[in-house]
Amino acid sequence: MNIIVVGLSHKTAPVELRERLAIPESRMGEALARLLAYPSIKEGMFLSTCNRVEVYAVVKDMDDGFSQIQDFLVSTHFSLSADELFPHVYRYADESTIKHLFRVTSSLDSMVIGEPQILGQVKDAYEQTLAHRTSGVILNKFVKKAISVGKGVRTQTKIAEYAVSVSYAGVELAKKIFSSLQDQTVLLVGAGEMGKLAARHLVNSGVKQMMVTTRNTHRAVNLAEQFNGTVIPFEDFRAALPKADIVLCATGAPYYVITAEDIHWAIRQRMNRPMFLIDISVPRNIDPSGKDIDNAFVFDIDDLKTHVGQNQDERRKEADKAEGLVKAEVEVMLSWLRGLEATPTIVALRKRAEEIKRAEVEKVLSRLEHVSPKEQHAIEGLASAIVNKLLHGSLVTLKSEAQSKNGFVFIEAARRFFDLTEAEMHQGHPGRDIGQNAMAHKHEENEPLSSSNQGSQAECEEKGKPQDYEV
Amino acid sequence: MVLYFSGTIVFLTYLLRRSEFLSKWASAFAWLGFVSHTIALLANSVSLGQIPVMTFQQAMSFFAWTLVLVFLSVALKRGLHVLGAFILPLAFLSLISASIAPAGTQGFQPVFETVWVHVTLSMLGTVGFAVAFVAGIMYLMQDRMLKSKQFNTLYVKLPPLDFLDSLNQRSILLGFPFLTLGILTGSLSAHVTLGSYMSWNPEQVWALVTWIFYFAVLLGRVTVGWRAKKAAYLTIVGFAAVILTFVGVVLKNQSPLGTL
Repeated sequence: MNIIVVGLSHKTAPVELRERLAIPESRMGEALARLLAYPSIKEGMFLSTCNRVEVYAVVKDMDDGFSQIQDFLVSTHFSLSADELFPHVYRYADESTIKHLFRVTSSLDSMVIGEPQILGQVKDAYEQTLAHRTSGVILNKFVKKAISVGKGVRTQTKIAEYAVSVSYAGVELAKKIFSSLQDQTVLLVGAGEMGKLAARHLVNSGVKQMMVTTRNTHRAVNLAEQFNGTVIPFEDFRAALPKADIVLCATGAPYYVITAEDIHWAIRQRMNRPMFLIDISVPRNIDPSGKDIDNAFVFDIDDLKTHVGQNQDERRKEADKAEGLVKAEVEVMLSWLRGLEATPTIVALRKRAEEIKRAEVEKVLSRLEHVSPKEQHAIEGLASAIVNKLLHGSLVTLKSEAQSKNGFVFIEAARRFFDLTEAEMHQGHPGRDIGQNAMAHKHEENEPLSSSNQGSQAECEEKGKPQDYEV
Repeated sequence: MVLYFSGTIVFLTYLLRRSEFLSKWASAFAWLGFVSHTIALLANSVSLGQIPVMTFQQAMSFFAWTLVLVFLSVALKRGLHVLGAFILPLAFLSLISASIAPAGTQGFQPVFETVWVHVTLSMLGTVGFAVAFVAGIMYLMQDRMLKSKQFNTLYVKLPPLDFLDSLNQRSILLGFPFLTLGILTGSLSAHVTLGSYMSWNPEQVWALVTWIFYFAVLLGRVTVGWRAKKAAYLTIVGFAAVILTFVGVVLKNQSPLGTL
C-alpha cells in the first residue's frame, strides 16, 4: 500500500492548463467513482482549486497507481492529450506525498504563503470524498491530520499574519490605477469565494459603491446586502459595465463571461476612462485578449501572483519555521502508517496478552500458599492456554485480512480493541494513559468538518494544540 | 545649477533604488537650489524693475524656476517625490540649453514697455505644458508596466494612473490660458513694433500650432474622450511643438524674443 499524489499546481502549469482540468462540483461524484474503478486505487480524493489540481490516492501498487491516475486525468478531459499534460505533472509517493499535502494545507505551497483559503478548500475536497465514500482508514487519517497540521502551523507561526492574499493584491493594483478608491464603483460578477474576499478588501479600502450580479438572484440579493450594494440582473449586467471602474469576476462559468468586445464597448462608453478588471476565476471568465485594449487593465490570477511575489522575502523566515513543524508532523504520520502494518500489531498484541497473563498469574500465585511446582506449572499452563486460544482466531484473521483490500480496518480495529498505542508498536512499552489517548482520538474522529472557507479563529486555536497525534 | 544637477542625479538614483532615504537628499538639493535661484531672480528683478525674462537665458532660467516651484508645491502637498526625478532633469536641461544658446542675445528694444508680460505669460504657459508632458511620460511608463505586469521599483514609486491623468489635464488647463494671453500680448506687441499682428515666422507659426493643438486636446477630452493614454500621447506630441517654438526663438537669434 502506498499513498500517492499526482497533480499540477501554479508552480508547474499555466492557468490555461489548470482551468481545463478543473472538475465542477456537480460532476465530482461521477469523477470519484471513475477514479475508484481503477483496480489499483483503493481510496481517492480530488483536490481542485484555482491554483492546483491534485489526485490523492491510496494504491496497492505505486507504479500502477501513478499510471492509472494519469490515465484518469487524461480520460476525464477529452480535450487534453497525455503529451500536453505530463510535462506539468508531479508525482509523489508515501513520505513525499504526506509532506506535500501538509505543506499544501499549511499554505506553504500556495501562491501566497499564509493565505487562508486552501485549508477550506482541502476540507471541501475531503467532504466530497466523505459524501461519495471514496476515502478509507488511511486517507481519513491522512487528510484530517493534514488539516490539523495546517491549522497548527497558522497558530504557531506568523505566516498567516503575512497573508496578503491574492485578493488583496487586487486592492494594491487598484491603488496604482485610481488614487482614491472611495469614488470608484465596483462590479462584482459571480459569488466565488475569492471574488467575495477581494470585494471585502476593496470595501475595507474605501470603496463605497458596489454592484453585484450573479446568475442566482437570491444570492445576488444576499451579497448586495453584505456589501451594501445594488443588484444588477445577470442577463443585462453588461449594460452596467461602463459604470464600473473596477470589475471583479469570479464565477464558475467555463466560458468568457466578459468578452474583449464587451470591454471595448465599455471603454468607449466611458470615454477612455481607465477600467480595472480582475479575473479570479478558473477557468477564466474574462477574455485574456482584453489585456491589449487601451485603458483596460485586465489581471488574471497569474498576474496577481506576479504582483504578490514582490514582498515575500520577509515571510521566508516564518515559512522556514512552518517547514520545521511540517517535517515533525510528517514523522508522526509516518510512524502511524508503519503501525498499520500487520506484524508490529501482532507482536504488540502478543506482548500485551503476555503481560496481562503474567500479572494475573502472579497475583493468583501470591494469594495461594504452598503451591507445588507442578501446581504452579498447571496454573501457568491454564492461563497460557486461555490467552492463546482467545488470541489465535483473531491473529489468524488479522494476518490473512491484512493482505486484503480492507486490511487496515482490521488492524485499526485490533489496535483499538486492545488499546495498543503507537509507542507500543515500536518499543513495546505500555501506553502512558490509554484511556486519554483513546479519548483524544475519538475527539478527532468526531470533529465536525466545517465546509466554510476559513476555519474560525477559535477552532484554529483549539485544534492548534499538538495533542491528537496518537491513536 | 550645481544644486539642481545634484538633485537630478540623486533623484534618478532614487528612482532605481527601493529606499525612500535618497528622496530626502534629492529634495534637500532641490530646495537649496530653488532658494538660491529665487534669491538670484529677486535680485535681478529688483535691479531691472521687472521679471528678468528679456534674454533667452533669463527666460529659460525663469522657466526652470517655475518648473521647480510647481514640483516643490506638488511634492509638499502630495509627498510625490518621484515627480522630481522627471521635472528636475527638465529644469536642469533648460538651464543647460540657456547657457549653450548663442550668447549675447541682447533682448529687445524696450519699444513696448510691458512686453515682458508677454514673455512671462508664455513661459508660464510652457511650464504648464512641461508638467503635462512629464505627467504624460509617467503615465505611459506606468501604463506599460501595468500592462506588461512588471512590478519593479519604478512601478512602486510612480503615482496612480488617474492622478497622472488629472495632473496632465490640470496643467494643460492652467497652461492654456497663459499661452492664450501670451499669444495675444505677443501679437499686440508685434502690432506695435512691426505693424502687423502676424509675420508668419517659425516661432509664430509654431506658437499658433501649439495653441490650436492644446485647444484640440482640451476639447477632445471633454467631447470624444481623449483622456488617459491618448491624452498622455497627445501632450508629449504637444510638448514637441512647444520645443519647436523655442527652436524658432533661438533661430531668430538676435531678433526680439517678444514678437511671438
